Amino acid sequence: MIPEIGQFALILALALAVCQTIIPLVGAHRGDAAMMAVGRTAATGHFLFVAVSFACLTYAFLVSDFSVLYVANHSQLALPTLYKVSAVWGAHEGSLLLWILILAAWTLAVARFSSGLPVAFAARVIGVLGFLSIGFLLFALLTSNPFDRLVPAPADGGDLNPLLQDPGLAIHPPLLYVGYVGFSVAFAFAIAAMISGDLDQKWARWTRPWTTVAWMFLTLGIALGSWWAYYELGWGGWWFWDAVENASFMPWLIGTALIHSLAVTEKRGLFKSWTLLLAITAFSLSLLGTFLVRSGIIVSVHAFATDPTRGFFILSFLAIVVIGALVLYAWRAPALDSDVGFSPLSRETFLLLNNVLLVVATALVLIGTLAPLVVEMMSGGKISIGPPWFNVAFLVPMLPLVILLGMGMHTAWRTQNADAWWRVLRIPAIAAIVLGVIIPLLFYGRVSLMLVVGCGAAAWIVISALIQPVRSLLRQKGTAGITRSALGMSVAHLGMGLFVIGVTIVSAFGVESDQALQPGESIEVAGFEFHLVGLSNVQGPNFSAIEAEIEIRDDGKLVDTIRPQKRQYLVQKSWMTEAGIRAGLDKDLFVALGDQLGQNSWSVRIQYKPLIRFIWLGALVMAIGGLIAISDRRYRAGSRAAEAPA
Amino acid sequence: MKRLVAVIATLLLVSSAFAIDDGVRFDDPEMQARYEKLISEVRCLQCQNQSIKDSNVSLAADLRREIARMITEGQTDEDIAEFLVVRYGEFALYSPRKTGKTLILWLVPFLLVLFGGYALMRVLKHRMSLPMDSDTEQ
Amino acid sequence: MNRFVWPLIAVMALLVFLVMGLRHGDPRALPSPFIGKPAPQFELPTLKNPEVTIGTNKMAGNFALVNVWATWCVMCRAEHPFLLELAANKAIPIYGINWRDSRLEAIRWLEDLGDPYLASAYDEDGRVGIDWGVYGAPETFLVDPDGTVVYKHLGPLDPVVWQREFVSRMSGGGQTE
Repeated sequence: MIPEIGQFALILALALAVCQTIIPLVGAHRGDAAMMAVGRTAATGHFLFVAVSFACLTYAFLVSDFSVLYVANHSQLALPTLYKVSAVWGAHEGSLLLWILILAAWTLAVARFSSGLPVAFAARVIGVLGFLSIGFLLFALLTSNPFDRLVPAPADGGDLNPLLQDPGLAIHPPLLYVGYVGFSVAFAFAIAAMISGDLDQKWARWTRPWTTVAWMFLTLGIALGSWWAYYELGWGGWWFWDAVENASFMPWLIGTALIHSLAVTEKRGLFKSWTLLLAITAFSLSLLGTFLVRSGIIVSVHAFATDPTRGFFILSFLAIVVIGALVLYAWRAPALDSDVGFSPLSRETFLLLNNVLLVVATALVLIGTLAPLVVEMMSGGKISIGPPWFNVAFLVPMLPLVILLGMGMHTAWRTQNADAWWRVLRIPAIAAIVLGVIIPLLFYGRVSLMLVVGCGAAAWIVISALIQPVRSLLRQKGTAGITRSALGMSVAHLGMGLFVIGVTIVSAFGVESDQALQPGESIEVAGFEFHLVGLSNVQGPNFSAIEAEIEIRDDGKLVDTIRPQKRQYLVQKSWMTEAGIRAGLDKDLFVALGDQLGQNSWSVRIQYKPLIRFIWLGALVMAIGGLIAISDRRYRAGSRAAEAPA
Repeated sequence: MKRLVAVIATLLLVSSAFAIDDGVRFDDPEMQARYEKLISEVRCLQCQNQSIKDSNVSLAADLRREIARMITEGQTDEDIAEFLVVRYGEFALYSPRKTGKTLILWLVPFLLVLFGGYALMRVLKHRMSLPMDSDTEQ
Repeated sequence: MNRFVWPLIAVMALLVFLVMGLRHGDPRALPSPFIGKPAPQFELPTLKNPEVTIGTNKMAGNFALVNVWATWCVMCRAEHPFLLELAANKAIPIYGINWRDSRLEAIRWLEDLGDPYLASAYDEDGRVGIDWGVYGAPETFLVDPDGTVVYKHLGPLDPVVWQREFVSRMSGGGQTE
């Protein structure tokens, strides 16, 4: 009965989404206030019914109702409760429902916090979001119903994919989706502005915080996914340029460009049509990512179970949304040209450079992801494009970007006096180059051109990001301090600097070694001694494991004892590697247990990963920067000011 | 097509039980480095999207062994790439070869950055010709 | 035409391409680079008698199937009855490559299930498998009388595949590509 309620709630949500779309849009067109007001109510109801539906599915998982096909395929009696909950989004149907829930939640948030917006504009935004909801609800109900029954119900389920039985992965999809789906708000703001043909600096101010929040979540979601891949896939890498990763990375790159371009549009009223295009592109890439991941068009490590009809459905929806948006764009954008100039040495130029390079980077990721398919369709031959290509290709736009970033922060709007600019930047520049040589040489005993470039760039970003906040700290009380917005920018850039140093050091000095070990034996890797004490059998709730006890010594002194496992999940019979990691801010020591080689000998992969934590720490700091930026007074003051005349 | 997927899934399950490997060790650190790099750049054809370094299926183990043999025999990286391409096609190489048609792939990043630079120049030229100031926000 | 139309055009092109990609079929299927080329040479001891060898040169003169199999391969068991049927009808000579297997188990398998092969080569360490570009058993190659590889099938053989992919290539001399 509960699953039927869930499905019925989903159908009602669809009906409300239709109301939420049509009535406010028509109302805004006619200037009918009553009709426009329906949008908010419908959005609330729509969210409630989706939430009920989601709760029903969660309930079916919690009580292990295997008469529901989706539950039977992706859960099991012995599954720990946490994973019963996260199993809800552990496969296609449920994760789609999560997507729908999050879209409804964003819509509700917009409906709640839009009191400062002009009524017609808010109504259009809600209408556009409703349209997006219709597409996904139809997708769920027509091709991917999570409530389909299975008769007769099996006694036990097929278990959740063991890869997903991990706390990190339990929260990774929700974070990622909040980010992904969050770009729908910027998209809806863009469409609403284009429908009315009205777009000014206020539009950018309204759009900015929403975009930043979505970007923050996407940043965290991607970082969490990378961290999870690092410890759970068992191989110690943190980014694989897999199609699924690229699918989430492309919206992030364009989202980052959008945040910067919105800054110009808000401050100076420039680049309006370009900003609109980025807002459309960010969400379109979210949709494209969904298509790539769920249609089976591309081979990936962690693809969903695939089905061509689903692929066609998403592709059709993608086509309607994107073509619709771009037709509107082609019609409206020409009127948005602004006749304001700026000098080549100005903040505007640097933000433009940022945008150009980020768009190039996105294009490269897209090309790398799709080129094998293009080649295959044109010539029939198959090629692979893997990390060796991506690592080089991505660096081409990214290296200039990180260097320009430090300059851009200290450049004035409109025009910048070159002498003054040089006076501010020369000391940081020299310091960065010196640090670029010193850091690798002093801490790691080796230096090369790439290391100087990497460490120097990181130092450069960190120093230039800190100049403003430090100055405002040192300044006497009473004088104007740094705005939250500027502080947020500094912090986010600081995060970028931490990320760059992490990547540079770990790729240059990381050590990886496959070894054979017997109990009682020791092996030295990267100056640390790894001693295999022994092996034992361990029973988990739904797996049995072989656990190695490994002592790590540095100069004979015990650093830590780690226990990597090799698990066999009982239902799916698949083996999983649970790495043993001694985590530290300066380095990780990582041991993954491989196969039994002989009677008493085991293969292990031992890794030394210096500063790898800085990669995720950097992402976290970037997200914190976003948080600080949206707390800026002007977003609240701005909304109140607009509220007053209404 | 579904059946094919099922076939491959079964293959993966069965053959992963065959995995046997400890790392190959060369006396020459340069050879060792070449080996590590090569095996991380060869695609495991039985897997979804993994290198033969990161996979334990039987074919990955075989290919690691073959590559180690060829390095010991003094073959160059190009020879080894050719060996793989003859047998499995370009698909086996994660790093497309910098010769022939796949060379274009390596030029794309530079071409795109150049194009971006050109577009930027045009915008700047246009903006320089416009009056600098109208009223700005607040 | 204004420049703001360009994004629309680019996206249309991308969409057309994606539709084509979606209809393209399985992204995992990998065409064999040997098609149209001479079958790789090998010389291996036979499964049943290590003293006797079998190799590519012994297959010439006729269309022949080269079937890569192993006892650990579940789908090999599934296609085995059909191979026996082909052998019983004398449809085509079938040679086996027993890939990465245990000799004893492989011989027992043939005794228990029947032996469709004129001979099976015993490829213990997978060297010949690599030379033939094998990446998952079962794989079946069709070699023409000149010793050229005409077709490769990945996965179990069955009557439908046989009719569609193999028979046509044998009679018409390969009118399909």
